[in-house]
Parts: sequence; C-alpha cells; structure tokens
Amino acid sequence: MCPVSASLAPLTAAALRALERRVPDELMDRIHCLKQELGDRPTDDFGFDPDALKPVAGALSFLYHEYFRVQATGLTGLPEGRVLFVSNHSGQVPIDGLMIGAALLLEGQPPRAVRSMVERWVSSLPFVSTFFARLGQVLGTPENCRTLLLQDHAVLVFPEGVRGISKTYDHAYQLQEFGHGFMRLALETKTPIVPIGVVGAEEQFPAIWNAKPLANLLKIPAVPVTPFFPLLGPLGLLPLPVKYRINFGRPIYFEGDPDEEEAVLSAKVDRVRKAIEALLRRGLTDRGGVMF
Amino acid sequence: MSVEPRVAITGISGRFGRRLAQLLHRTCTVVGIDRRPLHGGPRDVETHQIDIRRQRCEEIFRAGAFDAVVHLNVMHDPRTSSEEHHTFNIKGTTRVMDYCVRHRIPKLILLSTANVYGPRAENPQFLTEDAPLMGGTRFGEIRDLIALDMCGQSFFWKHPEVETVILRPVHIIGAVKNAPSNYLRLKQIPRLAGFDPMIQLIHEDDVARAIIEALKPGLRGVFNVAGCMPVPLSDILSRLDANIIDFPHFLAEPTLERMWRMRLTSFPPPEIDHLRYVCMVDDQPARQVLGYQPRFELDATLAHLRLTQGVELR
Repeated sequence: MCPVSASLAPLTAAALRALERRVPDELMDRIHCLKQELGDRPTDDFGFDPDALKPVAGALSFLYHEYFRVQATGLTGLPEGRVLFVSNHSGQVPIDGLMIGAALLLEGQPPRAVRSMVERWVSSLPFVSTFFARLGQVLGTPENCRTLLLQDHAVLVFPEGVRGISKTYDHAYQLQEFGHGFMRLALETKTPIVPIGVVGAEEQFPAIWNAKPLANLLKIPAVPVTPFFPLLGPLGLLPLPVKYRINFGRPIYFEGDPDEEEAVLSAKVDRVRKAIEALLRRGLTDRGGVMF
Repeated sequence: MSVEPRVAITGISGRFGRRLAQLLHRTCTVVGIDRRPLHGGPRDVETHQIDIRRQRCEEIFRAGAFDAVVHLNVMHDPRTSSEEHHTFNIKGTTRVMDYCVRHRIPKLILLSTANVYGPRAENPQFLTEDAPLMGGTRFGEIRDLIALDMCGQSFFWKHPEVETVILRPVHIIGAVKNAPSNYLRLKQIPRLAGFDPMIQLIHEDDVARAIIEALKPGLRGVFNVAGCMPVPLSDILSRLDANIIDFPHFLAEPTLERMWRMRLTSFPPPEIDHLRYVCMVDDQPARQVLGYQPRFELDATLAHLRLTQGVELR
C-alpha cells in the first residue's frame, strides 16, 4: 500500500470503530439482521453493504430520535418482499427520504433497508458515489428500479421529484404534479404501493423565494432563500429542529397493463395521490405545532 | 457411431483460442486458422497458418465441410495502428461471414465483449442486450469491436440460414493477455480514489463453455455472458491481497495519457473509466436460452489468474 494511504488507514479504522461503539446494541442487531440477508456476499448487486451503516447509525439515530423527534405510524402490517413506497417530497434537502429510511431501519418489524434513487450526476462524484452505493442508494433509472423490485427490495420514490422538494413555503403541503413512471413499474412487477405522508419537512427550510437565475447559473435545480439563509450564513444551512410525522398508509394493490395510455394510468396515480393527501391531512391535524 | 462435428476456430493461436481447442478437441474435430503458429495446442488439431484475409483461405472453408465456425481472430492490441486494427478486424470478420454463406456452414459464433456498452456514469446496474453500444463515446479504439458486433447483427438478418451467435462476455480473467487480467496481475495496483464500482469477472473457461453451449444446433442471437457474482473492485483487490495505490481521478487520466504516449503502460487512457463507472451485464438470456451457468466462483477465478503468473492466492 502506498505510504499516504498506509498511514491513513489505521486512523480511519480507529475513527470508524469509535463511531460504531456509540451505536446502541439493539440498532446493531438490526443492522446484522440486514447483513445476514446477503449471506457470504460482501455487498449486494448494487454495492449495498449493511456494515457501512454502522459508523453512521449513531448519527442517524440522533437525528431520528432527538433532533427531528420522528413519530412514525403504520409501520406494522407492511407487505413483505417487494414494495414501492411512494411519498410526498419537501424541505429543499432530501432529509424526508433519510427519515423514511431511518424509520424502516430503526422501527420496522423486521428492519428493512429502503432503497432510494439518486440523481445521475452522483455517480461521477468520488467518495460520494461509493458512500451512497454502500448505503443502498441506487442510480435512478427505470431499469434499476425494475431490477430492485424483481429482487424483492423495498424501493422509495418521490413522484413529485424536484417540483416537490424545491417548492416555496406558500405551497407547503400542496402536492405537485406526479410522474407516472412508478405506476408503470409497479404494474409491470406486480408490486404493492405503500403511500407515505411526511409532515414537518416543509418547515425545516421554509423557502420564501427560489433564486432561479442563480440556480440556472450554478446548474442546480433550486437555490432556496429562507428567513435564515443566506442571512445567517452557514448557520442558516442548519435545518430547523421541526418535528417529523411520518404516516405510512395501507398497501394498495394495482392490476393492469403497464403500457396503458397516460389517461388510464392517471386514474391509478390519482388514487395514490389521494391516499397521500389523506395521510398529510391526518398528520397536519394531529400536530400541536410546527416544533412539537 | 455418430460423426464428430467439425468446428473451425479462427485465431486459434491466441491464448484463448488454444484453451478453447483444448476443451473442444475431444468431442469435435477442430481445425485452426491463424497467421501465428500454434504452440502447445492439442496434437490432433489440424492447423493452417494463414492470414484470414487472404484469398487462399477460402480453400480451407470450401474443403472443410465445417458444422460451425468460432471466430476469435479479432485483434485487441491497442498499440497496433488503428488502420491495421480496423482492416484486420472488419475485413477478417466479413470474409469469415462470406465463407459461411458460400460454403453453407450452418453456424457462426462471434466473440464480442461487454465493453461495447462502455463504462458510463448513467449506465443502469445491469445492461441488457438491447442497450445501445456506447463504448466508443470516449474510447475510440473500441469502435471497430462495436462495428464488428454490428456487422454480426446485420449478418444475422441478411442470412437467417446461418445460425449466428454473438457473445458479449464481461472482463475475461485467466492466462489471456487483456486489460483486466493484466491490470489484476500488476504488483502495485492503481485505483481511483473515492471510486469503487461493482465489477463482473469471468473465468476464461466459463467463456469457452458458453461458446460450447452456443454450438448446439438451433440456437442463435446476441447474449451477454457474465461470470461469478458482481463485487466491488475493492473486494477483488483485497482478495488478491494487492498493494493498492489511490490516485485522484483528475490526476490519474492525464498521467496515464502521458505514460501511454511515452509507451510506459499498455493501458489505453480512456479504459480508466472501468475503474470509475459500472459496466455490468444481465445474462439471463444466456442462462435460459443457451443453458449457460458459470462454474467458477470469484475465488477460483482469481486463483486461476494467480496461477497463470505463478503466485499463490492468499
């Protein structure tokens, strides 16, 4: 091994071990449970290695239990085997995806690794691409989603995409237009759809304006301006400690031809959308305030 | 007693051609054609030392009464001039196709490669046979292999009377001299810092067995051929107990380019993308239609690689 990496390797290993020691035993057992599913393979076909969760599990548990104080409902009775989680998307930064994943890992019975789809440019970034792959994130192509479902994985999709996550606060909790791709894949692979309503994420970065010209210049989807960013500088980048409510709905089973016309498909997509709307309404009525 | 099928292997003197002849000669009558002499092949193999592009070559096909032709006579040496490379590969292949038609040879097997898809950031994890052949986007030298693959596909439609099989195996590992085997044989293995793509390797004997399966009458088509389970590159390197040197990718490519120009390396610079992006295939059709199953697990494949250079696997 070259001198630089040789001297860094024990340091990194020690740091990772120190992080792992902070993880509660119960959570470690959950991670081992996921690792057992792989048998003697180092990773699955997509490069997911549950052991990679160990160093970050402590931080994830802190965010889930202490910072965002996530309250998840409907986690019992989720389908075993292949399942497509369909959620609303909000909050400028995809912490909602992270928290849904955390809910299924920390509270799922049994624990499940949820696979979500990442943007195409991620795979050209060093370290980030490998880190994401080890944690089970997959390049977002329909082929990959199909492969995952056929291998009986749990896949999380946000059919609103960028339209949902980068909307400003005046559109909070209003579902944006849904893409139809997820429904075609669900029909093709005969996968049950579980709708999810996430309440709280909208307030973590309440954007008052999306600086579109700057976003275009930087070639990124959005540059949100919040009451705290860029006014407070880097401090404004910290998400507000809002309370998350994640409501999992009952699974919906669809049947039909995956190559159906958009109009026929829209009715099915609408059913999922209505289910998510209902879950959002329930979450909003339940909460006492934004922070509690 | 049934008559043994007669199989012609072009490019028999390459390491892979010789291996295929060793596996085939007990069940088939093997006739080899190559411009290089055959060293260490089975004794009962009849060989013709001739350039496949020569007119005289047709006589071998006319008199051969072959039941199948396995066309391996494809030049991969990236140091050869691109003109020589291109004419040899394309002309040689079209000649062989021509002979198959004229002398009513019922089967033609072309060995292409999964590299015709190319390692790309936007590749799905598993490419199917329908995926576009984008390997030439950054790596010009692979264009004649893509052209060869396409030639095979158009031949497929023009001459349905010849059962054509195109095989696209992943990185072939073994005694063969190709980029992946050479890379894994290095004493100090360079890697791109922060990139650890999933890789599929295949034992050379598994490729040979896929060819043997494809020789069965009635089979035709394009088939990806994958070997043992896909694993991250780092896992392969740790199984080899290799000395790894990490380079930042923005430095690695210009450095490799300079080394390539100075003839200090045999790795063409654009091939570095294989250390960065995924280029894996789905080989379900080969398993279902050809009945192909890889026999060698990853450790056995790497042990075989080590044996070919005389170093034991850890």
